[in-house]
Amino acid sequence: MTEAVSAAISIAFHGLAFAMVLYLVSVGLSVTMGLMGFVNLAHGVFAAAGGYVMTTLFNDYGVPFPAAAAIAAIVVGAASVAIERTLYRRFYGGDELDQVLLTIAIVFMSVAAAKYFWGSSQQPMHPPPYLSGQIEVLGRDFPTYRSFIIASGAVLVTLLWFGLDRTRLGAKIRASVDNRRMAQSVGIDTSGLFSFTFALGTGLAALGGALGAELWPIFPGYSLDHLIYFLIVVAVGGLGTIRGPFFAALLLGVADTAFKYLLPEFGSFFIYALTLAVLLWRPKGLFGQIGRT
Amino acid sequence: MSAAATPAAVPEAVRALARRHRFRAYETLPWIAAIGGYFLFPDYLALGAQVFIAILFALATDLILGYGGIITLGQAAFFGAGAYACGLVSAHGWGEPLSLLLIGAAAAALVGFLSGFVVLRATGLTQLMLTLIVAVMLQEAANKANDLTGGANGLQGMEIWPILGLFPFDLYGVAAYLYCLAVLFLGWLVLRTLVHSPFGRSLTGIRESEARMNAIGSPVFRRRLAAYVISAALAGVAGALAAETTQLVALDALSFDRSGGVVIMLIVGGIGRLYGGFIGVPLYMIAQDRFAEIDPVYWYFWIGLFLLLVVLFARGGMIGLGETLWRRLKFIPLRPWGRRG
Repeated sequence: MTEAVSAAISIAFHGLAFAMVLYLVSVGLSVTMGLMGFVNLAHGVFAAAGGYVMTTLFNDYGVPFPAAAAIAAIVVGAASVAIERTLYRRFYGGDELDQVLLTIAIVFMSVAAAKYFWGSSQQPMHPPPYLSGQIEVLGRDFPTYRSFIIASGAVLVTLLWFGLDRTRLGAKIRASVDNRRMAQSVGIDTSGLFSFTFALGTGLAALGGALGAELWPIFPGYSLDHLIYFLIVVAVGGLGTIRGPFFAALLLGVADTAFKYLLPEFGSFFIYALTLAVLLWRPKGLFGQIGRT
Repeated sequence: MSAAATPAAVPEAVRALARRHRFRAYETLPWIAAIGGYFLFPDYLALGAQVFIAILFALATDLILGYGGIITLGQAAFFGAGAYACGLVSAHGWGEPLSLLLIGAAAAALVGFLSGFVVLRATGLTQLMLTLIVAVMLQEAANKANDLTGGANGLQGMEIWPILGLFPFDLYGVAAYLYCLAVLFLGWLVLRTLVHSPFGRSLTGIRESEARMNAIGSPVFRRRLAAYVISAALAGVAGALAAETTQLVALDALSFDRSGGVVIMLIVGGIGRLYGGFIGVPLYMIAQDRFAEIDPVYWYFWIGLFLLLVVLFARGGMIGLGETLWRRLKFIPLRPWGRRG
């Protein structure tokens, strides 16, 4: 009995840490997809870029881990605006196939570029001393690093939701997602908003990639290997929402951890089956129609 | 005035549709090239057979992607289902190639039918993700069902009998080349007839405006599902052909590389035109081969750059580019409705 309880707590804990990383990486994809209707298969590239910037700063230049992750988010978010303005922007409202081909091309080029600059092996990632080891909560030991991920993820989620619900900028973004033309005609600069939201989304993805570098090691094929997970979170959560992906990430993170712990011989099979079942039940995702924020 | 009094008006519309279906001289070009290739490059027949298989796979994909407007990144599910069905049956003692093609088609059609119910209810990114998930799910199943499929080592012990009991598969690929060419030709004939039939026209109608097709009473979901199943069956034939000619089925038959690759090749050639695969497949395969030789480590970068240039400057792929240039040359106004003719 106590063994089952401890297994359940362990699954919940690791699932939650995984869910935080998944959510940080994927939330930007959901918002940009909902806002611009753009099929972006290259979203994982920004998470990987964040991981690379962070590990380089942290390992080679001795920048403290939290600062390195924050710098990675800002650098990647800013750099992504250049890509958004030069490439993505041409294909808004265009053919979805062109968007697929464009973003696949970006993925291919980034995979090769990562290999060129950082080699094909995984980036080493050893958490700093104050984040390694265990901390004791209620008589139980939890890995410090993952506790840190959960805590910082919770803070970011709160900030993000608060920002979108309670600020003027958040209201503009929600208005643009709901009805872009109407938002334009009441004088909202949707074009600038697109760039800002895109940068915010990629910045969060970079942060997720950087914080999760120990769970999901950074290597050139990162963006392709995990693509399916990002897409599941976005599709199950529902497009254009920021709450939906959170619950989808939670479901996916905990279920994935549970299945891999309890039924390792089936690999990811049940996760895919679960996703199919959810989308058969609700083709627009769990939060596709209700609670659009 | 009754319709009968203007005999020319009604047949004109029918004639216009029939004209689209008429064979044109340029349509013989791929077949001339294929037969020419047989005599000119006797050392590359085995490769040629694989090119034909890839073209057949691209044709199958074009039906749902180009004509059906369903964006798929999971076409490998059907290719792999066909390949594994064919491989499993032949490993268990039945190696007659033609019936194995049908078995592969049936298995893939079943997968298409079942997954179609989920995939076709969604749209956009969700739909794309669902097609992807069906393929990775099958891949994971094939990977984990070690005893049945050989898992990561691939399926062992296939034995394929001679074609029609007369022509065994040889080391040089002579039989494979001609066999694949014949199957590709038949597949092309079927698809060509299909897309010009009322069924094909209604499919195009659904792609252009689902709401209007619903309004005129077209069974939208059933038409899409039918197209999905037919495309799956043809992809299954391609998979079975690949299994027969290589006498091997491995997990890569179900991989994302295969699903993504066929879509890329099709877009590079030009979608919704039946000939996208005939141009895109050889072009992409040659480009891949060249880049891999020039820069074995970073060739992905050059492939990516190539795709970027295609999407930026050659909308509608090579066929679209050719059409644009041709119309510029002859001062014909560009088609207002763009890439999908």
